[in-house]
Amino acid sequence: MNLDIDVSKICVIIPCYNEQESISKVLDDLDRYLHGATFVVINDCSRDNTIAVAMASGKAEVINLPSNLGIGGAVQTGLKYAYRNGFKYALKFDGDGQHKAEEIIRLLEPIVQKKADVTIGSRFLDCSHGFQSTALRRIGIKIFRLINSLLIGQWITDNTSGFRAYNYEALKFLADKYPAFDYPEPEEVVLLGRNHFRLCEISTPMAARAGGTSSINAYQSIYFMLKVLFAVFMVALRPAVRRR
Amino acid sequence: MFTIGLSRIELITLFGSVLFLGLILECVRRQRLKEAYSLLWLFTGIAFVILSTWHESLRILSDILGIQYAPATLFLLLMIGIFCILIQFSIVLSKRVEHIKNLNQEIALLNHRVEKLEAQLREREHHAPDNHEPQDHS
Repeated sequence: MNLDIDVSKICVIIPCYNEQESISKVLDDLDRYLHGATFVVINDCSRDNTIAVAMASGKAEVINLPSNLGIGGAVQTGLKYAYRNGFKYALKFDGDGQHKAEEIIRLLEPIVQKKADVTIGSRFLDCSHGFQSTALRRIGIKIFRLINSLLIGQWITDNTSGFRAYNYEALKFLADKYPAFDYPEPEEVVLLGRNHFRLCEISTPMAARAGGTSSINAYQSIYFMLKVLFAVFMVALRPAVRRR
Repeated sequence: MFTIGLSRIELITLFGSVLFLGLILECVRRQRLKEAYSLLWLFTGIAFVILSTWHESLRILSDILGIQYAPATLFLLLMIGIFCILIQFSIVLSKRVEHIKNLNQEIALLNHRVEKLEAQLREREHHAPDNHEPQDHS
């Protein structure tokens, strides 16, 4: 697919925590499909060799957080970097290999064509796609689908997807207002929807993680589920800070 | 014998409350406690001094609240005071968490910038060694 876009204006944010096994393939793939864009690895105090592997690839800027902030804090660091360095588009891309670099162009398409401010790569728009997470997570995903969709008046199927693209307006807004604690994806959807950003979902397959271990176990999932659910309602109760 | 019209328990509470107030004030004076975070403690302390010296106040307050056992009012007030202080702690803590997150991010971004600038500088020095000879400005 050809898209009329200045690739050098794209910043891909890759939050990483112990991703030494997957990060080099992730960067290779990104470089293959999006050559010329800037890839920023935000290393959230990995205890393995993520830094060394990412630096050695020579394909990414590596930003090291001095203490572990969690995925939200790491992503926001990347958003701040992208905003301050004058990028026009930002993308969020997992370091564990579950997102597919070849899908990025499809994610950017509605943004470049000015049909949306934010696009979300969804595993659930087309159910024939491969990996769709574990049973317990799928329950959480269904709950967020229902609640978030009600809260913002738009059907969003994959609220926990971390595969997202932003235009400049959204980038500027989120660099400052990103819900940076714990697992903020569902919160981000409601925050953006409530602040009149146009969201759009793109069907995309995802893989099971290529290496490393997930950062949350079953008990933590339930805790975070409740915490994020509460946060989502709180976001919906706050007045919008951005006008249409 | 000299009496000041206070029973033993009243004297003890008064002594305790004043000691407590003194402790808080001393902490603020030595800058171990910020003024802003000492106010709720001070209010609680002052309320206890008043209640222990002006005996009637506790009874009046109990009557208003419909509490038959006056000391229970004392516990109630203490609980309210401690609750307020704990909520204040949680708020302060949340604010700190936000600040620390922002500082972490800034440090990471600045470090990255410094490293890049250093690398650029090294590159420049490497490519143009002649520029590094001392220049004669006379």
